[in-house]
This record gives sequence, structure tokens and C-alpha cells, in this order.
Amino acid sequence: MHPALSVIFLTTLIGAGQGLFIALFFCELLAPTATTPGFLAGGSALVLLLCGAGLIASFFHLGHPERAWRAATMWRTSWLSREVIALPAFMAAAFAYGVAHWSGAGHTLLIGVVGVLLALTLFICTAMIYAAIKVLKEWAHPLTPVNFILLGSASGMTLAAAYAGFAAPELTTALAQAAVVLTSLALLTRGAALVRNARLSPASTLQTAIGIRHPRIVQKAQGAMGGSYNTREFFHGKSANFVRTIVPVFLVLTFFVPLALVFSLPLLAFLAQYGGLMAERWYFFAEARHPQNLYYQGKS
Amino acid sequence: MTQLALVIDLNVCVGCHACVTNCKQWNTSGAAGSLTDCNPYEAEPNGTFFNRVQTFEVGSFPNTETVHFPKSCLHCEDPACVPVCPTGASYKRKEDGIVLVDYDKCIGCKYCSWACPYGVREFDEQRKVMTKCTLCVDRIYDQSLPEERRKPSCVLACPPGARLFGDVHDPESEVSVAIRERGGYVLMPEANTKPANHYLPRRKTALKIRDEELYRSDNPHKIDGAPFDKDLPPTNEELN
Amino acid sequence: MSSPIHDPISPPSPDAKTETKTTTCYMCACRCGIKVHLRDGEVRYIEGNPDHPLNKGVICAKGGSGIMKQYSPARLTKPLRRKPGTERGANEFEEISWDETFDILEKRLSHLRATDPKKFALFTGRDQMQALTGLFARQFGTPNYAAHGGFCSVNMAAGMIYTIGGSFWEFGGPDLERAKVFYMIGTAEDHHSNPLKSAIGEFKRNGGRFVAINPVRSGYAAIADEWIPIKPGTDGALILAIIREIIALGLYDRDFLARYTNSGQLVNQDEASKEFGMFVRNPEGDKINPLRPHNFYWWDRLSNKPVDDHTKGADPCLYGTFTLPDGTTAKPAFQLLKERVADCTPEWAEGITGISADTIKRIAHEMGVTARDQKIELPIPWTDWWGEEHETVTGNPVAFHAMRGLAAHSNGFQTIRSLAILMSLLGTIDRPGGFRHKAPYPRAIPPNARPSKGPEAVQPNTPLGGAPLGWPETPDDLFVDANGQPVRLDKGFSWEHPLSAHGLMHNAITNAWRGDPYPIDTLLLFMANMAWNSSMNTSQVRDMLTDKNADGGYKIPFIVVCDAFQSETTAFADLILPDTTYLERHDCMSMLDRPISEYDGPVDSVRIPVLPPTGECKPFQEVLVELASRLKLPAFTSAEGGRKFKNYPDFVVNYETAPGSGIGFLTGWRGKDGEKAMRGEPNPKQWEMYEKNGCFFQYHLPPSSQYMRNWNKDYMEWAQQAGMRRDNDPIIIHIYSELLQGFRLAAEGKRPGKQPPDELRERIATYFDPLPFWYAPLEDDQSDLKKYPLNALTQRPMAMYHSWDSQNAWLRQIHTYNYLNVNTATALAAGIADESWMWVESQWGKVRCLCRHSEAVEPGTVWTWNAIGKASGAWNLTGDANESKQGFLLNHLISEELRANADGKRFSNSDPITGQAAWYDVRVRIYPAEAGEPEHSYPQFATMEPTPGMETRKMGWQAWFAGNKKKGGAQ
Repeated sequence: MHPALSVIFLTTLIGAGQGLFIALFFCELLAPTATTPGFLAGGSALVLLLCGAGLIASFFHLGHPERAWRAATMWRTSWLSREVIALPAFMAAAFAYGVAHWSGAGHTLLIGVVGVLLALTLFICTAMIYAAIKVLKEWAHPLTPVNFILLGSASGMTLAAAYAGFAAPELTTALAQAAVVLTSLALLTRGAALVRNARLSPASTLQTAIGIRHPRIVQKAQGAMGGSYNTREFFHGKSANFVRTIVPVFLVLTFFVPLALVFSLPLLAFLAQYGGLMAERWYFFAEARHPQNLYYQGKS
Repeated sequence: MTQLALVIDLNVCVGCHACVTNCKQWNTSGAAGSLTDCNPYEAEPNGTFFNRVQTFEVGSFPNTETVHFPKSCLHCEDPACVPVCPTGASYKRKEDGIVLVDYDKCIGCKYCSWACPYGVREFDEQRKVMTKCTLCVDRIYDQSLPEERRKPSCVLACPPGARLFGDVHDPESEVSVAIRERGGYVLMPEANTKPANHYLPRRKTALKIRDEELYRSDNPHKIDGAPFDKDLPPTNEELN
Repeated sequence: MSSPIHDPISPPSPDAKTETKTTTCYMCACRCGIKVHLRDGEVRYIEGNPDHPLNKGVICAKGGSGIMKQYSPARLTKPLRRKPGTERGANEFEEISWDETFDILEKRLSHLRATDPKKFALFTGRDQMQALTGLFARQFGTPNYAAHGGFCSVNMAAGMIYTIGGSFWEFGGPDLERAKVFYMIGTAEDHHSNPLKSAIGEFKRNGGRFVAINPVRSGYAAIADEWIPIKPGTDGALILAIIREIIALGLYDRDFLARYTNSGQLVNQDEASKEFGMFVRNPEGDKINPLRPHNFYWWDRLSNKPVDDHTKGADPCLYGTFTLPDGTTAKPAFQLLKERVADCTPEWAEGITGISADTIKRIAHEMGVTARDQKIELPIPWTDWWGEEHETVTGNPVAFHAMRGLAAHSNGFQTIRSLAILMSLLGTIDRPGGFRHKAPYPRAIPPNARPSKGPEAVQPNTPLGGAPLGWPETPDDLFVDANGQPVRLDKGFSWEHPLSAHGLMHNAITNAWRGDPYPIDTLLLFMANMAWNSSMNTSQVRDMLTDKNADGGYKIPFIVVCDAFQSETTAFADLILPDTTYLERHDCMSMLDRPISEYDGPVDSVRIPVLPPTGECKPFQEVLVELASRLKLPAFTSAEGGRKFKNYPDFVVNYETAPGSGIGFLTGWRGKDGEKAMRGEPNPKQWEMYEKNGCFFQYHLPPSSQYMRNWNKDYMEWAQQAGMRRDNDPIIIHIYSELLQGFRLAAEGKRPGKQPPDELRERIATYFDPLPFWYAPLEDDQSDLKKYPLNALTQRPMAMYHSWDSQNAWLRQIHTYNYLNVNTATALAAGIADESWMWVESQWGKVRCLCRHSEAVEPGTVWTWNAIGKASGAWNLTGDANESKQGFLLNHLISEELRANADGKRFSNSDPITGQAAWYDVRVRIYPAEAGEPEHSYPQFATMEPTPGMETRKMGWQAWFAGNKKKGGAQ
């Protein structure tokens, strides 16, 4: 698949936002004395900033952003529609959570629980957009939502540690510890997905694509020589070498750098992890081999 | 319940692209139009087409088949593209099973094209909506046309008659009979989308002439005499 | 789900003004009937006309893209003159008015006509109006006229017409409705392509067996039941071996051969005789036609003595050697054929063709046994020419088709004659399931139109003393001077290429440039891209067009180009005449030219404008009628000396081939009230009547006249009466060609009359063999086959056939550039990777191109799609368009002339009999491009800029939507 920058930004930004919110909630829950309303309200603002940026990025993916409201209508069947509902709902909860803390209106834990549930729901909705596409075997697996949850949570937790470094230093270590746990877990599950995907054999072949049983079939023409939507949307357009190089890059940036730096330089750890996640998300798209590509192998 | 579909006969498709441009000309000025052409007179010309003809070489010289393969929306009975659409723009008509895009609802998220295993949806780069084969739904019900012309433009154009159109749920329809009797198959059955369009495979007509069929009692050699001394066929006496 | 907002069914512009008009397609040579749907005066949809006999409602990729041709920004819309002070080829033009244009032409042409008419040359490309262009040239008085048939497929026309009186092309074809097996040899997708596609589809659905014999498995061969790869230029050897096998096994249709061919006619075998090789004639016998005497002998096997041919109750011996009462030794023609093919064993052919002897035998057996055992009998009584009544029409269901795959070789004529003989051996000529003629064919062998006969035919201010083109019957019909030198610029009908029925357009520019046989003044090109894909040796031809004499004047002083589109050639014009598109013109597919007849009767058709002309475009026919009137050419001038025809439609209605002949351009609705067909006085309402009938006229022959028309009494009488034939004598198939022998005798000095120049005697004697034979293509003799081991072929893809439509925004998306297709093993052996840059080189030039490995081409052949490659900027594409940067033209590798012989003489690279351009003969080698070489095709040419009057091309994107209410952001 062609990795669209807008979608990379959307999923990584809101993932970090959701993770940050979860971190804030658990700070309040587990260390109520160490958390100040200012810390939580500011954190919520950060969550909203991240999600807002993600939301804006997502509009760049749409051909008709002015009709985006329509995307909320098909929640019964479409995970994308569900995401479109869940994202503002989560943002509303984050907003309420922040306002409640800032204004001292109370019920913050209750709002927090709702927010966490919405964050988890949003993780699942976002991930299921991909995992629900049955023909993309790289995505259609429970590891996809698990990874979205863990990667988003890990990056949010690392960000929380960095944020705490400025706003609530006594929480930094605990948050960093949590970030290490989540990042390590995410490394395991993302690693598992990498291993799984490397071993995948495609369900569809050129033989099933055109319905001819012969071991040697070579495409000679795809009906258009100047390219088409099919050659743009479903191919990453980079060399195999480039794609191979991305894996160690995102593994190092997403997992190993943050693990090494989160205690000492948590902000740098987050920036590295976020950069790593952008690479990870790029690879997530690039490694997904769409069966339609079987029809776009050669021209003349 | 009606399910309209195309049946494409690879046995007679010569790869002439008639279906491709005739689809384009009907639809660009039709209800589904217009269909954009990018770089129409520049390098890398490309554009929105609902139907393409591809070519594959099967086998190795000299046992090579050149297979021309028309490809358009298969109007799946269980279309992967429809449930994923967040706006309901992608829909399957109850009355005839045609899968359509509502261009006024489409937000251009392209998600439907990801869900489709076949790559038969094309995003129009100017209109910014997803487009696809409509089975010329704006032709096939047009009462002002003579009944035999109420068919998709590609079907009407196809010179060798490699495209059949009809209701695959009606067992007596031309398409159902063709599928049944001529080995109709669907693409990527493993995708479980139950394509309504079917393809008919190549069929080979062979002719086996046995040695004993070469000679008949009315062989003109009986009148003319055998022509060459070497490799003589049976003599007149032998033939008698 | 809520209901849709976008209505998928209702017309998008319900209030638009819509109308539908019928006319005839011109996106290629096929000429399908179309219905053009207009919305607010713009083309909304072009569909095949379901009532049209030719395409019956179908239409091809080109026909469906007519909209993009009509509205192409490459259209020329104004008459243009080369800007004074600029060099020819610099592509700098200024607009002028039509008045000025006609003044320039009138002045120049009337001077030429008054002094030396042959200094005006008119050559046309894919035009479908040769009845008019030929008439114009003849009336002007110039012999220098031809269309593109000389480099298209004249071998196909001549090879078959000189054998069976008809040919593939528009003149006949395979009866796939009734055939059981079908053999397509070589590329043959053009001409009648839609009906052929439809017929093949139906044939295959009915379980017919389709065998493709072709070096490449592309085109219709893709769906063949069997593909037999063959080395290019060797088809003749294959066919002769099949003929031998058919004869060896007695699988020929003896009854057919004896009665309907000259197989039984006795040939003089007295080597000392001046009549050697000619048919023995009985001076007392019935000549039937004094202009073409038929007084032949058979040796009757029943009475064992010589008798007049077709003597009632006689049956000719096909084999043997006989001594006639006067002592002459004679053999039946079939005996000579048998002797000729005696050594053409399948094993011999295997070594030449690359097809195994077993395969050759197998297909020979298929053909022969099918023809013999699956005989068709139709319950249609008919009477043959000799008065014998037949209860049924019989047929042998073995069909063939071939076109330029066989034709475009220097051995094509004899190869195609071999094919026609094979078809005759199988008894398949104008019979159900075999080959069927289309009116006006069958015609005499050869047809009665003769070329002009000598320099005296060219006189100032006088029409040419004969036709510019025709069918020579004897050496005396050649168009040569007293020294045997050519009168025509292209050397057509000279001893170099005696039977060049379609001329040699491919040599016109080279000859004019060299001044051999003479220089000319004005060259008028219509719809011919001679500075690109219509010329061999393209780069040098482009140089010739701009080359100058010592005095600074151009070697070709004045070049006029008429075309609807800017092309590589318009850059070399001194004057450009903007033609209309096919949707803006009147036209006819005339019985006098190439109609669209069906097997069961004559059909002709017309174009009637569905749109007004764009800009100042003027149909070329109107240009010719105007010029002819201004020049006062007799056929266009009234008895009082005034203008005879108002315009082209008026000309079509009122012109008659001879005063009162009742024969004109159109056969439908003749007679004062349109009540007559084929022949009748002019009908002023003829155009309206065509329009009302969907722009075609179809005449259905009665079933008894639909078959065996070479010998069908009723048909022949009707055809003569309808003006399609001068005579009604039987058209006996020439298994043995006495006509060719006549030329050979002249070459051997055994024949009185015109004599070839001595240096050509051996050439004539060699190739004018009365019996079919195979020889290696001429270029093989001049090529180092070790250095250049491969054959290189081009063919047109179906979406572009006969339609150079790179200016078409839809079609160019399908074929944007071209690859050289090379057998994978051959490419790898040469070290060339798939999709990498490579060189292909002949002894004449070299081209850098992209390689595509393929399993669908025999290892000794490389091939590409022709004319996808364009010169930079031509056809109003941008300079960096793929067509010019990745596309390439194989023509750069092909020479229009062979190497000079010992005397320094350069022959055309053509068939020595017909002058058919031998562009399939070229031999090449291939090697990889080196690292660091530019990644674009070679050669490249300076980018052409648009000329005045051309619409600015839309950049970035466009979206066509017909009508006033533009949707989808159409620009």
C-alpha cells in the first residue's frame, strides 16, 4: 500500500494523545497526591492538541473534507465511521476531563474512566479500519489492534514522562517505568507481527487473480502505460532495499532509543519514539501487499 | 432477486480495447461523468477508466498463450467495498445488485478501494470521488432505447462478442447458461466476495486426423495417378 | 442506509438539446456505420449502428474514441504558408486565407499543367477517396499519383487478383460462418477488422478450429487454438510444402481444379518455341472474349486426345506429357505445379520456416481432410458459365486469411500466389466455408484497368492518356518510354516493378530528391505521414525534404500537405491545407474504389457531416473540386467552359464515368427518383436517400448469384450489366500464370513488343515465374546474416490500427510508448535485461529502445508496435511526451532502397514484381545499452512547436463532458 502522510500523522498523533490521556488518568488514579489539577488540565490540553492535529491531518486524506460529517453515518458497518465518531467523543471526554480538573468541577475519575474507555474504543476503531480489510493479510489479525493500543499507549506514556519532567517531576520515574513496560510489550507484539508478516504467504496469486492455472504467467500490459490510480495507491514506490532499511530504523527509534533515554531524557525519548512510529506506520502500509497489485506487475 | 453482471469470454477476447474506450465515452458524458484525464497531452498520460484490458503471457515459448483480460468491477454479491464505506456512498442496489458510488456522498477517503481485492475502483483525481463501473445503469433502463441496445456500452461495442450481460440469478439467462455450460469462474474465490461477474476460460478445438482417414476410395490419384515416386501413398491397387 | 443523493440513472443534462445522426466511421480503414449522438451540438456518444451490414452495431476502441479525435488540440484549423524567410522543416508558418491558398495553387498548378504535368505529384495516405483523387490526377494529366497501397499490402491484392480474380482486403475474405477450420497466416488484423473480429468470435463459439501461423502471438493469434511460430519471410516455403503434401496424398479437389482452374490447360513445353510456357491455343476454338481469348486445350482423359477446354463430356488430364497433333510437346498446368513442388518437401520447408515437418504434414492433413470430408452442400441451384446446371452450391469449409504479414516481404507476391493456389487446390474459392468475393470482385485476371502505356500519355493541358494506376496484362501495358525507362516518378509499372498496381509511394520522395527518373516541382501529400511512420529510412527522408540544389532551391521545390492534424510531415510543408475530420465531411466508400460490400452483394456507403467544420477546415474533396474547377479540368468543366459542379456532394450526385453511363460514385438510389440500383441517371436526392437509410446502400444478390461468381452465369451477366465488369467471360483461376510467363519471355527476348533494359532481363526472368516459388527475401542477400541474425517486425496494435492517433487523449493512454519485444532466451543471450535500454541495429541504422522479454515471439524475431513513437512535439504533444522519449520508430532501421548493385543502381527495397515495400525484410542485431547512456530513445529530433490556428493543448488535466452544462470541472 502507498503510505499516505496524512494517515501516518493521524494515527500516530491521536495514538500518542490517547496514550497520554490514559497515562494522565492512571496518574490521577494511582498517585492522586502527586498530580495537580494544573498538570492534568495541561495534559488534557496536550491530548486535545495531538488529537486536533491528527484530525486536521486526516482531512488532507479526504477528497471532500466538507462532507466529512457524512462519515459518521455508517457506524453499523464501517470501522472508519466508528472512528469518526469515537475520535470526537474521546476528544470531548479529554476536554471535559481537562475542564473538570481546571475548574475543580469534580467527577474527574468518572470522566476519566469514560475517557479511557473511549480512548481504548478509538484505538480499536482505528486499528480495525486496517484489521477489518480481510484481503490485506498483513493487517487482518488481532495483533493489529494490540499493536495500535500498545504503540499508542507507549508513545503516550513516554510523552507523559516527558511532560511530567516539566510539570510534575515526581511522577517522571513512575511514568518512565510504565513507558518502559509498554514499549517493551509493544516491541514484543510489533515484533511478533513482523515475524508473522514475514512468514505470510499471499492467499491470492496471479493464478487465482485471472483464473488460469499455469506456473508461469507474466503480465505484459495493464491497459494503461502512464500509470493509474491502481499503480499510485497500492504501491509504496520505494525500492525493496529502502523498505528493508526502514525496519531497523523504526525498531531502534520506536523501541530501543526510548528504552535507553526515557529515564534521563524523556522528551528526546518521546521525539525519537514518535519519529520511530512514523517510520513504523510507513512500514505498516508499505508491507501490506494488496492483492490488486497482482494485476499491476508489468506494462508494454 | 436480480443480480446483473457481465460474463467475459476469454476464449474470444482479442484484446482490442473496444470495451475500454466505449465505456469511457459513454460514462464521461453520462450520469457517472465526467471522467478525468490527467496529462492528456503530456508525459505519463493517465485517467479515470471504469474498464481496462490487460495482457498476460502464460507458459513458455513455444507453448505460449497470450491472454487478454478485461477487468472492471465484478459487482460482488458480498462486496467488501460496501460495508467499509463510512458514508454509505458505496452501495449495492437491492433491485439489480449493481454496486454503485453515490458521488454526492463520497468523501474520497479511498477506503472502499482498499477493501476491494480486485483494484477495480478508480479515484477521480479532479472530482475527488471514487468511481467505478456502473454497468451503465443510466443506459440499461432507458426506455427510449430499443430493447436490444439497453446494455452496457462495453457489451454493445465488443466486436467478437466476448462480453455477455444479464441476470446471473436467473438460471435461464444467457449469462447463467454460459457460466454453467462453458466453465464460468470467478476471480480470487479465496477473497469470498462472491463476484457476480464471471469469466469463461479458453477452450481449444483440436482436430485429430488419423492416418487411415487420409485415403478414401474417391482419391483423385485413381484418376490422375500418384504424383511423386517417393513417399507414395497407397497405389491404386492398394486403394482398391 | 439512506437513499442515494446522486441519481445514477437520469440523464445529467435533461434539458440539453440532443440529436442523433448516422454517418460512417473513419478512425481506421474498416468504415463501420456509426450513430453519433450530439448534446447541445457536441459529441456525446458514438455507437456502432446496429442496422449497418458491416459492423452490425459493434464498434472498436478507435471508433469509441472519435470524440478525442474531433476535439484534439493537434487539429489544424487554418491554411498556413511557410513563413517567408524561414527554412523548410523549421515548422514556422503564417496564416493565409483560402483565397490566397487557391490562388497560389492555381497559379503553380496551371503552369505545371501547361508545361509538364508530370512535375505535379499527388500521393495520398489512408484516404478513402481514391476514386476522386485518381480522377483528379488523371484529369490533371500527371502519371504521378498513388495512394499508400504500395507500402501497405499491394502484394496481397496483386498476388491473389492475378491468381483468382479477387483478394483479401476489402475485396473478399474468409467465410467463417460456415468454415470448420481457419488458418490465419501472418499479421492480418487490419481492414474489415470489426467484422473479422465478430466473425472469429462467432466461429470460435461454434467450435471452429483456428490456427495462427505467425512469428508473434499477438492480435487475433492470441485466441487461436494453435499457434505455429514461423520465421518471417518463409511463409511461401510453408505453403509450397503444404501444397506438395496435399498433392502427394490426393487431397486436392479434383473436380474444382479441372473445371474452374487452368490446371488442365495444356502448356507449351517446346523450349525452342517462342510460345514456350504459354498455353497452347486452338485457333479454331471459341475465344469467348477476343480481348482475352479462352481458346485453350485440354487433354481429355476419356478420349485420350486434345479437346477444347470445357468440352462437354470431356475431363482433362491433370498430369502427363502430351504431344499435340502439330508435334508440340505440352503438359497440363497442374503437372507443372506438381513438378514445381516435387522438391518442396515438408523436411525442406522445416529447414527454412522453423516449423517441424510433422507439423507441416499435420496441418496439411487437417486442411485436406476437412475440405474433402466436411463438404457443404447448399440447396441453391445455379448455372455455370458453360451452361451446366448445378443442383447445389458446394463448399469445402477451410478458410484462410492473410494480409501484410505475407505481403510486406520482397517475396510476398509469389508467397501470396502460393496461398491462392493452395486455397484453390482445396476447392474453396467463392464457395461456402472458404473464400468469398465481395463486389466489385471477382474481376478479370487481371482487372481491365490498364496503366498508361508511355510518355505520350503525358501531354500539356491534357488529361492523362490512360489511368495513372492499373493492372498490366502483358509487357506492352508497362508505363515506360522507348528505352524501357519509367515514366512515373515512383517507377511504377516499369521493368523494375512491372505489376505495381498501387504504385510505390515509398520511393516517391527519394526519387524526386535524386531526380531519378526526373525532378518534380510540386508534391501534394494528403493524409500521409511521409516524414515519419509512412516512410522507410525516416531520418534520411526528412533530410531529402529539406535538401537543396547548388542554386539554393529545394530539390523538391514545393510541398503541399493536406491533413486534419499537425504531424511530423506538416513541418516540411510550404503550404498546409487544413482538412476536416470525418464527422465534418461528405465522403463515399465508392464501388469505383473500395466499397464495403458483403459476401452476398454490393454495399457502398457515405459520410454526411454531423458537425460543421472546425475553424477554416475544408474537406480535401472540396479542395480538389475547387482546384479542378479553377484549372478547368475537363471532367469538372461544363461544355460551355464553366464550372460543372458546385461542390463535392454535387459532384458525387452528377458525375458519371462516361456521359450517360449511369455509373457514378454511388450505386444506391440512382435514377431520377432513386428507383434504380447500381446504374441509372443521377438522382438529385441521392444524398438524402442515403441519409435516410443510415448512410449505406446494400444490394442483395439472389442466392443463386452469391457463390462461384468467377463462373456463375447469372451473376456474371448481372455484374456486366451493373457496370462492375466490362466483359462476362469466365474468370478461370490461374494455377499456372501465363501472364507472368509473358514477362519472362520478354526478358528472354522471346517476345516481340516492349523489351526490358538488358540489365533487368535476368531479374525479370527470375521472379516472373509462372509457377509459385519461394526465394529468400532480397535483403537477405545483401545482409551479413551472421552479424544481423534477427528479423525485425512492426505491427499496429488493435487500438491504433490504421489510425495514427497519438493525439487522441484516450487512445494514447493505452499505448503511450513502445517496447521492442524480444524472446526471453534471445534477450538474455544478448545480455539484455527485461525493461532495460537496448540497441537494435540494422545495416541501415540503429535505434535505442526499451526491451521487453516475451515468450510469445519466436527466438529469431524481434517486434514492436509501429508508429507509437513520435517526434518530439508532433501531434501537439509536449516535447517530453512518452511517445518521443521512450517511444521509437523501427522505420529508421529499414531502407527504402537496396544496396547499389555493380552498376551503382539502387533498386527499391520492394517486391521485384509488384513494388510492395519490403519493410518486413530487415535484419537486425541487438545489444544492451551501456551504463550511463541517456535513458531515452534514439534518434531524437528537435521539438516541434504548435502552428498558428492550433488550439492550446490542455495541460494538467481535462474531463470531457458533452454539452453546455459542464460537469466535473471540465475545462
